[in-house]
Amino acid sequence: MLSYVIRRILAMIPTLLIISMLVFVIIQLPPGDYLESHIAELQSQGEAVDEKKIQFLREQYGLDKPMIEQYWLWLIGMLQGDFGYSFEYDLPVTEVVGDRLFLTVIISTATILFTWMIAFPIGIYSATHQYSWGDYGLSTLGFLGLATPNFLLALVMLYLANVYFGTSIGGLMDAQYIDAPWSVDKVLSILEHLWIPVIVIGTSGTAGMIRRLRANLLDELQKQYVTTGRAKGLPPGKLLRKYPLRIALNFFVADVGNLLPQVISGAEIVAVVMSLPTTGPLLLSALQSQDMYLAGSFLMFLALLTVFGVLVSDIALALLDPRIRLGGTVSK
Amino acid sequence: MSRAHFVSQEPFNPHSVEALTSVQENYYMASQWKLMWWKLRRHRLAVICGFILALNYATIMFSEIIAPYDLHTRHTDYIFSPPQSVHLFHNGEFIGPFVYGRDYELDMDLLKRNYPERKDDVQPLRFFCSGDPYRFWGLFDASFHLVCPPENGTFFFLGTDRLGRDMFSRITYGARISLTIGLVGIIISFTFGIVIGGLAGYYGGWVDASVQRLIEVIRSFPELPLWMALSAVLPVNWSPLLIFFGITVILALLDWTGLARAVRSKLLSLREEDYCAAAELMGAKPGRIIGRHLLPGFMSHLIASATLSVPAMILGETALSFLGLGLRPPVTSWGVLLNEAQNINVVALYPWLLYPVVPVVLVILTFNFFGDGLRDAADPYK
Repeated sequence: MLSYVIRRILAMIPTLLIISMLVFVIIQLPPGDYLESHIAELQSQGEAVDEKKIQFLREQYGLDKPMIEQYWLWLIGMLQGDFGYSFEYDLPVTEVVGDRLFLTVIISTATILFTWMIAFPIGIYSATHQYSWGDYGLSTLGFLGLATPNFLLALVMLYLANVYFGTSIGGLMDAQYIDAPWSVDKVLSILEHLWIPVIVIGTSGTAGMIRRLRANLLDELQKQYVTTGRAKGLPPGKLLRKYPLRIALNFFVADVGNLLPQVISGAEIVAVVMSLPTTGPLLLSALQSQDMYLAGSFLMFLALLTVFGVLVSDIALALLDPRIRLGGTVSK
Repeated sequence: MSRAHFVSQEPFNPHSVEALTSVQENYYMASQWKLMWWKLRRHRLAVICGFILALNYATIMFSEIIAPYDLHTRHTDYIFSPPQSVHLFHNGEFIGPFVYGRDYELDMDLLKRNYPERKDDVQPLRFFCSGDPYRFWGLFDASFHLVCPPENGTFFFLGTDRLGRDMFSRITYGARISLTIGLVGIIISFTFGIVIGGLAGYYGGWVDASVQRLIEVIRSFPELPLWMALSAVLPVNWSPLLIFFGITVILALLDWTGLARAVRSKLLSLREEDYCAAAELMGAKPGRIIGRHLLPGFMSHLIASATLSVPAMILGETALSFLGLGLRPPVTSWGVLLNEAQNINVVALYPWLLYPVVPVVLVILTFNFFGDGLRDAADPYK
């Protein structure tokens, strides 16, 4: 088991390296850098430019150096926990990101749990009642969730929640808790607001998961061991629980790799609409103002989040399925 | 002597014993595409959805005719006008499709414009008539419309936006961009997928390994933030057309991975087949072997899975435009229209601005069902 985990973690290194290169290329693509546009803006307003500070920042972050060297500095910095400097906020990136990333993690986790809770029973029902009215109805419902743009659903849900439940609009907690230290009330307030984004983000992922689970379980149900079990007189419920479901469960855990990028994508756009204090709105504004280190670190964090999520699901899968930790591959 | 042991010298013809019925013969002789069509036809829902899609795509050729107004016509007297309902009967008497004339008043408490109907002012709609002029396909001037507002009246079937532009017309025109962006995008990502997946699958070895790794990385990245980052890169001073292509390429850049994967795994198994070795021995070049002998074997699968990834692109465009990072006015797509519905007041006061979401949902649903049917039909021998 330990050797599997180590192998798995080592395999992450090249992946993360490629991701970091991609991210760096993307944030370098726009012509010029933040400092240049910042200076131009200050000059157009007739304000004095603090040459010393600009020069300091330029040297500190190696903006005057060639591209490869800049990448190298950025990479080394990240490894040492220095994610760069947000020019717009005049703060180190880590301080800007802080709680926001944590809230993104909370929302993503809650959404995945929600998706599981909905998709699992529906997937099983759809597979065991293939081509029934229930199957068709639930599939259509799932598709509807898939087809509705997240942001719109968020908008409508926000409105309904405000009209019918009196939940305050926008944000992830009531206004008085925003800068307050963590307390029980604050957590409760977050929970009260959390369900809207979770449902909104969850709807799109749920449909895909139901379909994959259904197809997977259908494959298993046609296998001979199920026929054997049935022939030997196992009651249907027990038969389902004991064999095909156990195997489908593996797939279910492995599917986090498919689900997580989707959930994080959804979380970003929903956060913008609902002005949640997560990474979404900040990423958007950082991209728009060419605040490259902030944007780059955000992209990097989000990628890290996915890669780690997949790692966790792989380890859970290895715990569940001995074939994997012994070096084989799971039959999907 | 004994006739029982007579053996005919004629060659044995199996058809003399078990003759094929014409139906069977038809079936055995049919081409792959024909078999696919037969199988697809049995999938009722998929056929209906395919039909709806075809209809949708047909409308984008005639947007000018279908839309009662021009894309940019402003009605400054009717800002944020709610949808006008079409009636058939007036005082129990059949008149045909008509709308009521309307007054305008400003509700000073809510700061909201109201347009109460004058119940005695019957304004019949005109059909096959002449209305706002347009340049059809950029070729010649015309003013023919399917439906026109009544003389001296208005016909806002889905209401108007903050500049008094007719929503129904804008949605009709928006379909052009929103529907084509998916198709153009899929053509680009299809090309990427086949070329890259083909190289990986045919050559194997380190090419395969590096392509695999790249695909893994791209797939593990949340799509939307990457799309956002890439479209933030597009220069602001680009023309709307360039932006359109830029966005399409961006959407396609992240989408080819699924296709490439499918191509690769199919090629890996097919290149071991005898006919492939035979072609190689006869001196065919890799490009020819892939293109002539291997690809046609699973083209149907590829088309089916391509159909399934169009909706993701349409949604992607909608999301990007909604965030203000995608297409920008004056280009009109469903996402650009929804961008106006960004704030909660809209939901509360002018819910008809949300209508563009209806065609989005419809198109995505039909694409999904149609693609599902295609995928089932793609393997007619099963």
